[in-house]
Amino acid sequence: MIKKEMIAMLLAGGQGSRLGILTSKMAKPAVSFGGKYRIIDFPLSNCINSGVDTVGVLTQYMPLKLNTHIGIGIPWDLDKLSGGVSVLPPYEKIEGTEWYTGTANAIYQNMSYMESFNPDYVLILSGDHIYKMDYESMLDFHKSNNADVTIAVMPVPMEEAKRFGIMITDENKQIVDFEEKPANPRSNLASMGIYIFSWKALKEALVANARQSGLDFGKHVIPYCKDKGERLFAYEFNGYWKDVGTLTSYWEANMELIDIVPEFNLYEEYWKIYTNVASLPPQYYGMNSHVERSIVGEGSEIYGRVYNSVIGSDVVIGENTVVRDSIIMNDAKIGGGGEILKTIVAERARIGDNVRIGHGDDTPNETDPHIYTAGLVVVAEDAVIPPHVTIGRNVMIAGVTTHEDYPDGYLPSGRTLRREGDAL
Amino acid sequence: MRAIGIILAGGKSNRMKELSRKRAVCAMPIAGSYRGIDFALSNMEHSRVSKVAILTQFNSRSLNEHLSSSKWWDFGRKQGGMYLFTPAFTSENNSWYRGTADAIAQNISFLKNAHEPYVVIASGDCVYKMDYNEVLEYHVAKRADITVVCKELPPEASVERYGTVGMDDDGRITEFVEKPLVANSSIISCGIYVIRRRMLIELLEKCEEEGRFDFVQDILIRYKEVKRIFGYKLTGYWSNIASVDDYFRTNMDFLRHDVRDYFFKQYPAVHTKVADLPPAKYNTGFSVRNSLLSSGCIVNGTIEDSVLFQQVYVGNNCVIRNSLILNDVYIGDNTYIENCIVESDSTIQANSYYKGENGIRIVVEEKGERYNI
Repeated sequence: MIKKEMIAMLLAGGQGSRLGILTSKMAKPAVSFGGKYRIIDFPLSNCINSGVDTVGVLTQYMPLKLNTHIGIGIPWDLDKLSGGVSVLPPYEKIEGTEWYTGTANAIYQNMSYMESFNPDYVLILSGDHIYKMDYESMLDFHKSNNADVTIAVMPVPMEEAKRFGIMITDENKQIVDFEEKPANPRSNLASMGIYIFSWKALKEALVANARQSGLDFGKHVIPYCKDKGERLFAYEFNGYWKDVGTLTSYWEANMELIDIVPEFNLYEEYWKIYTNVASLPPQYYGMNSHVERSIVGEGSEIYGRVYNSVIGSDVVIGENTVVRDSIIMNDAKIGGGGEILKTIVAERARIGDNVRIGHGDDTPNETDPHIYTAGLVVVAEDAVIPPHVTIGRNVMIAGVTTHEDYPDGYLPSGRTLRREGDAL
Repeated sequence: MRAIGIILAGGKSNRMKELSRKRAVCAMPIAGSYRGIDFALSNMEHSRVSKVAILTQFNSRSLNEHLSSSKWWDFGRKQGGMYLFTPAFTSENNSWYRGTADAIAQNISFLKNAHEPYVVIASGDCVYKMDYNEVLEYHVAKRADITVVCKELPPEASVERYGTVGMDDDGRITEFVEKPLVANSSIISCGIYVIRRRMLIELLEKCEEEGRFDFVQDILIRYKEVKRIFGYKLTGYWSNIASVDDYFRTNMDFLRHDVRDYFFKQYPAVHTKVADLPPAKYNTGFSVRNSLLSSGCIVNGTIEDSVLFQQVYVGNNCVIRNSLILNDVYIGDNTYIENCIVESDSTIQANSYYKGENGIRIVVEEKGERYNI
């Protein structure tokens, strides 16, 4: 019989609509981060580094990229004889077939997956945070408190506490109450969306609430457990943890990696982050290149000048092009003589010669002012920008664009330009 | 494919000087991210040779560590696989590999247990891309007994450490001189051979009986009148790394766009064991020109015309010119390095000065104390 002390269930089905065009073709956990990585690499690497070798990845929205990235889990050493990584999409049933309607509903629908490992504990993770965390010490905390549920929490500045789900604890870290986005927070311990359940407590709570529509951990399962009088504890985490849910927080988290001594350090030997590597060769720097305060992925060829930027793998930056405060994802190609300011260039995008991006006023975006904001320009994956055009700020560009889309060679700030087609 | 593969990866080369102290030539780091043997192994994989034996004995641990799992080269299969054979002491055998032919002969069961009709023999210290199927087709078309892959070197190149061959118009090898003092051909053997499996077994058994151990001397040269030995000319990039100068030059070749494009961007890709290192990181106040850098590097100094391998740390105000810095080297502040190969794991103290005056200088330093930022 298979027996795993703790298995992980990783929720990776969400769209992450506040990342705008970046999640138009892939789920948020599949979005590139920090040059060569994808967001899901962080929780997956945490699992294997914490000794959790059985991970169910729940997918629903646009799963192709996630499926191909995860494969059978080889990059994370999760190709195991028993356990390992399993991708769990919603499936048809004799009766009551439905999509995953909520976080806890998704877990409920995979009850038989969990049962097959006969676990003592189940770790619930979400695939959209950047952090390094030892789940084993969280489990030790759970066991030593004889807890039914342990919720990972992080102290946040009191004035920001109203944006989070807040846990109120006693001196033993036992949770006595909680509030969702309170106007007047009574504590600054924010839930990180990471839970350890004792298997019996989880199973009982899921079965009891099975009929609840949109069954959600924060809204239904945790309150149910508390009302029932179960032992809920808060595990305090004081490391780096970043929710990259919006374009601006995504951009900021990337930029934090290039600090001289970044708070989130990828260069630690003992807690490696693994990813499915598409490219192995070294990076080349041309005769007139210059790179400053940046990280650059494998196989990239830099002929221009790069400042304060995160560059992925197999990127080409042409001669005399200046890239500043930008994120350039894998396989993007940028021509020569251009200037790219505060721009996110998604995978495989093609930008012609002499293109200037990020020049203009701060007119809010016409279609999604809350997404494309702070002056950020986003060039979608597989987008094409013709040579000799100038583009403003708060702009989004998707598809194959031509000179007709840029009257007088100019796209002013705040525009959303969607065209059909892909590069190649 | 209708062949099994053998990679000869045993050799110690005195021409590698200090660089061979801790590793086999085939385990030498190449082009930032790779090892010598990756090229032959990747060629085997792309040629769909599914069963490959790697024969090694000198400093075999280095190779063993690199080849700890066969899955990175896609040899983790039920049908076929990758085997590392070091000399095994048995009741019948108590000697090291006494030569290339002896190395294969000591593993004759690998040949006897196979069912594929042909064998591809390759050396593991060459950088090239090749589909061995093309050689096999040529071999069959010529009704050859043995086919030797050859490369025409430019007239100015030295051939003294290779075997030179002379061919007739049909491609049959009429002359084969090992390490000639006076060369009368600029065509050299690349150390890649195709031969029928049964014939190889037969020739090897005869060699063992007669106490002969060298594949080139005792098979190719000795049998060239009796057997139909043909030359197949390789036209693409090919380079042997088994001397300090050639090793240096081969790595520097990767600064050329055409070489990078050929190996890195064109199909098929070269496989290696993934190091899982973060992207290279650049701080402020310096420049990098015409250089290759690998993952895990942290750079605070100036780098020109050089190749930095994985996890190199370059301190403030350093200048590195025309040099190879191998894996996991730490270079303290204000250091100047020119015309050097810095051995892996070296810790270079701050304010050091290293310059190769007449040719390439090899720098080997202890892995001492490091000051991490």
